[in-house]
Amino acid sequence: MDTLSLTRLESLFPELLLAGTALFLLVLTALRGDGACRACVPAASLALALAVLLAPDGGNAPDFVREHFRTDGFTLFGKRLVFLSALACLWLSVPASGERDDTRAEFTILLLLSVAGMGVVVSAASLPALYLGMELQALPLYIIAVMRRDDPRASEAGLKYFVLGALSSGLFLYGASLVYGSVGRMGFHDIADSIAGQAGVTLTTVAGLVLVVSGLAFKMSAAPFHMWTPDVYEGVDTPVTAFLASAGKITALALFARLLLDPLLPLLGEWQQMVVLLSLLSMLAGALGALGQTSIKRLLAYSSIGHAGFVLMGVAAGNSQGAESVLVYLAIYMAMTIGIFSLVLAMRGRDGPPGEISALAGLATSHPWQAFLMAVLLFSLAGIPPLAGFFAKFHVLVAAVEAGLVPLAIAGVVLSVVSAFYYVRIVRIMYFDPPGAEVVPAAPVRGHMATATGLFVLAFFLAPAPLVTAARAAAAGLFP
Amino acid sequence: MSTGWPLLSLLVFSPLGGVLLLLLSAGRPGNTDLRARRIALVSSLVTLGIAILLWHRFDPATGGYQFQEQAEWLGRGVAWRLGVDGISLPFVLLTALLLPACIIASGTVRIRITEYMVAFLVLETLMLGVFVSVDLVLFYLFFEAVLMPMFLIIGIWGGPRRIHAAFKFMLYTLLGSLLMLLAVAAIWLETGTTSIPDIAALAARGSLFGESTQTWLWLAFLASFAVKLPMWPVHTWLPDAHVEAPTAGSVILAGVLLKLGGYGLLRLSLPFFPEASVALAPLVLVLSVIAIIYTSLVALVQEDIKKLIAYSSVAHMGFVTIGIFSFSRQGIEGALFQMVSHGLVSSALFLCAGLLHDRLHTRELARLGGLAAVMPRHAVLFMLFVLASAGLPATSGFVGEFMVLAGAISVSGPVALLAGTGMILGAAYGLRMYGRVMFGTLADERFRTLSDLCPREMAILGLLAFLVLWLGIFPGTLLEIFQVSVPPFPDGGLPGAWNAS
Repeated sequence: MDTLSLTRLESLFPELLLAGTALFLLVLTALRGDGACRACVPAASLALALAVLLAPDGGNAPDFVREHFRTDGFTLFGKRLVFLSALACLWLSVPASGERDDTRAEFTILLLLSVAGMGVVVSAASLPALYLGMELQALPLYIIAVMRRDDPRASEAGLKYFVLGALSSGLFLYGASLVYGSVGRMGFHDIADSIAGQAGVTLTTVAGLVLVVSGLAFKMSAAPFHMWTPDVYEGVDTPVTAFLASAGKITALALFARLLLDPLLPLLGEWQQMVVLLSLLSMLAGALGALGQTSIKRLLAYSSIGHAGFVLMGVAAGNSQGAESVLVYLAIYMAMTIGIFSLVLAMRGRDGPPGEISALAGLATSHPWQAFLMAVLLFSLAGIPPLAGFFAKFHVLVAAVEAGLVPLAIAGVVLSVVSAFYYVRIVRIMYFDPPGAEVVPAAPVRGHMATATGLFVLAFFLAPAPLVTAARAAAAGLFP
Repeated sequence: MSTGWPLLSLLVFSPLGGVLLLLLSAGRPGNTDLRARRIALVSSLVTLGIAILLWHRFDPATGGYQFQEQAEWLGRGVAWRLGVDGISLPFVLLTALLLPACIIASGTVRIRITEYMVAFLVLETLMLGVFVSVDLVLFYLFFEAVLMPMFLIIGIWGGPRRIHAAFKFMLYTLLGSLLMLLAVAAIWLETGTTSIPDIAALAARGSLFGESTQTWLWLAFLASFAVKLPMWPVHTWLPDAHVEAPTAGSVILAGVLLKLGGYGLLRLSLPFFPEASVALAPLVLVLSVIAIIYTSLVALVQEDIKKLIAYSSVAHMGFVTIGIFSFSRQGIEGALFQMVSHGLVSSALFLCAGLLHDRLHTRELARLGGLAAVMPRHAVLFMLFVLASAGLPATSGFVGEFMVLAGAISVSGPVALLAGTGMILGAAYGLRMYGRVMFGTLADERFRTLSDLCPREMAILGLLAFLVLWLGIFPGTLLEIFQVSVPPFPDGGLPGAWNAS
């Protein structure tokens, strides 16, 4: 029996740190009774920063942990992205002057718990661990989603999120139980070995796997499980949207990619078609759904669905270039998402962040720098070189072509042009239309974050090597 | 041959230095607009200076790439490779020359001058980047990146229907280019490198791709270049874009951006896919002939000067594609010469039309007439450029078209004949337009008070006229630069010897 000491829990360090900080802050705020506790954000930021910097690659763990929890290069890369996004969203949530500030403590604590859950999800190596992580991630998010108590739209969005999220978790659990029932194993590798060892795959196993994938697809907001995304993204508070769109999506996609490309890779023939379909439908939904939108957040919701579809193309490729492209895409996607939400938050109309795209009319005349950053991020989301978004799409396309998924790649490319239309339309509204409603630049942190991500996206083409090499190294762990 | 300084990187990024200065000076007190114009002009002249230095140091006896630079970039065969050879150098010079002209010609732009200048300087960086890229992915990056500044230029400072034109331009070009991206990915996977000379060498050695693969890849590349050139029938974005763009925007669009397509065909399609190029040449030749004749006929009935010139651009580009796909030395050199000549002539024509529009606020032939009496200097220069566009001997327009026809005859008599008809139509619509605008009775008594060319306009148009005449009378100046890097083609036309190293 392994004796438990702190050093032996090395691989769990980030999650333990985050959960521990959350509990500490919980006690602190309970004792002080102060909703706007000043120490919360710095403490949480410190915890997240340490989690990013000190997340272990491999590392000590007792056997019972290692069975359920894997740390390798890929999970490290994914977790770093998640923690970084969470840190950014935490800073984004710091209210600007004039905004309500009575829920900061609760938001911070719940965010930390959710991020801990996300860490578990990314590293999950077995069905129970994955379910635990998913629930730990989701439950605080349901609460965060409805945090704006007096806004009926937020309550509605949060309720939708909760109901549909609970449903998808239920589907997942049912599928997991079917898989366990038919295979008798819980660990991913064990399941894969068992399936490969059998003469054929039983219907129960297939049904179980389909349900598991459906549950995960909901989290990724991959079509056709994406219906909740526009409503929820629009209704909840914008920093929460940013959190969902960045950390939430990256977690789900990173896990999905790892699950399929590591233990389930030998079964490529079984799942490739399904992922191709998910990818195609997501890109289609993302491209077509956003065309008619007038609300910024809904448009960004559909845009994120489309991007998830592109990442799924990299997963569907099923080769090391695919794994690498997934990581590169997620990293660049994170920067673009944080950037664009920072800008949406950095501007305030008369009551809150601009909801309608038309509120941005003529922004280029009144606030040229913000408009420029917005344009850079929008063109990057559209995938136009030399911006970072282009490199993300290029890597995925190379992986798809290498795997022979040429029709999917062509579809991806055509749908990129379709989606370019609505990104460029926002640029047009900012630059070509005469100035409209007055928008005021708000909290400086948001402005700084927008500048940082905008410049990263702009200057990426000059030095893409660090990110690409890091992704390659991380992906190499899956494909020795 | 390489020097101590990274001359090409300096060339490509020098306009960005101007952008930086512009951004820094934007907030300062004082006459922002005038300062912005001055900074932009100085920056573009600095770039021109570097380009001329490059020309001066260029070794006219070496066929391969010179001033090469290479740096690690994306890894696994994709590197930051720059280089210039006999084919790209004239285009570099053309770009560097036209930018200052554009900036000087932007006198009538009244809104958001700083951003206007920033857009043009960024555009210059990207265009220069295309011509000096020796890496396929880098080429693609710069090639497609020009969409952004051009979209903004048309959309912000353009005419009444500018938004429609800007969107059409962007989405049309984007679709074609993205199909090319897939082909780039396929090539990278197949060869393990994206160095243009290396891939060309591999292709020359023997079938690099299977027959059907090569055809698809060639078509994907064509999708992109055909929209850029533009070729019929994907040319419909051009008239709108040209008419709605501001004068300087039209100048740079016609002068340089259209050349990116021809350059791409010559630099990439022919060396990489020799068999497919030969097999599908008839397709290109047919489309080119249709382009020449059809668009010339359309130009003949145009009532808007800029639209007429736009259609004539499509016709001229038809000559370029015929020249390239004649797979003969004369044809290809003619196509290259034609591209440079068209860059000068078309730019000048758009400048002349822009002058009229600025003074008269109309471009419609019906409302113009008899202007030669009122603006004699403009009339003379305009005449020169119209005749150059029609291909009059002693102007640069003649040399290019003549060489293209000579090359075309070796391939197909009918093609040459039909293309020659295009030349006649070119004279027809050009002279019709000129006659309606310049000759006859003065259309409106208010025109009598119009001012002729001011010194600024005189300078640019004079310079362009000088170049057009010089290249018409001494074409060797340009041809000797091209000739170095265009390899001899064996009879029968397979461009297999194409591997500048």
